[in-house]
Amino acid sequence: MTAHLTDAQLVARCRAGDEGAWAELVERFSRYVYAIATQAFRLSEHDAEDVFQEVFTRTYTHLDRLRDDAAIRPWLAQLTRNLCLDRIRESSRLQPTDDEFEVGAVDQTLEQLDDALSVQEALTQLGNPCAELLDRFFARDESYKTIGDQLELPAGTIASRLSRCLTKLRGQLEGRNSDGPASGVR
Amino acid sequence: MWPEERIAALLNRLRPTPIGWVEAAAALPRLRTVLDDLVARAETDAALRASVVADLEQALAESGVEPTPRAVAELRSRLET
Repeated sequence: MTAHLTDAQLVARCRAGDEGAWAELVERFSRYVYAIATQAFRLSEHDAEDVFQEVFTRTYTHLDRLRDDAAIRPWLAQLTRNLCLDRIRESSRLQPTDDEFEVGAVDQTLEQLDDALSVQEALTQLGNPCAELLDRFFARDESYKTIGDQLELPAGTIASRLSRCLTKLRGQLEGRNSDGPASGVR
Repeated sequence: MWPEERIAALLNRLRPTPIGWVEAAAALPRLRTVLDDLVARAETDAALRASVVADLEQALAESGVEPTPRAVAELRSRLET
């Protein structure tokens, strides 16, 4: 079971050859890497997939170069950023465009995605049923009916449960902030 | 610091990755093991090497790995170096 390991513990297990830990690491950061590629750098789905696989291939290959295991998150963000920029430069050479690349806008999006990952970490820590409920509604855009059918809950109770879970998640996040830095703490 | 509207908006930013991406990345350790084994055997067995080079996809499939374009490219690169 690796779900409640810190980032540093997870990285240490990956380095020791634990395939389950590697699968968990990919799962933990997959949405983050995908979001950087598609939202910050607006890559096409095809280019984003190439970058996504390359990010994890390089991470797997070069995990021993990570000096601080707890720093996997910024390391992945930087790697994704560099590979996205490489991809954009490559595309520009093949098909020049007049589009200006707005570094400021990219940085702002990256900050938002970093906050989003902190929220996702807090959500994981909150556990089910709230984690699943909030993820289905806000991240997967599922309707009350779909959620109700899947979780065997009356659709009429979904809104109140979502509200309660959101309040719990808020408490979780504010508790984390008062305890210290959120990054790497799960 | 964490108004619920902001939390909801941030949850919406990290959407699920398309189907298959996570599985492919999670399978990297197994792919690496298979490639290491295949390349090591091909280095000492000329007939095997010729067979692998002739049909990379088949060689991967016979080793229990899905011959995705990425896996095929990786095998080709490993055999060339």
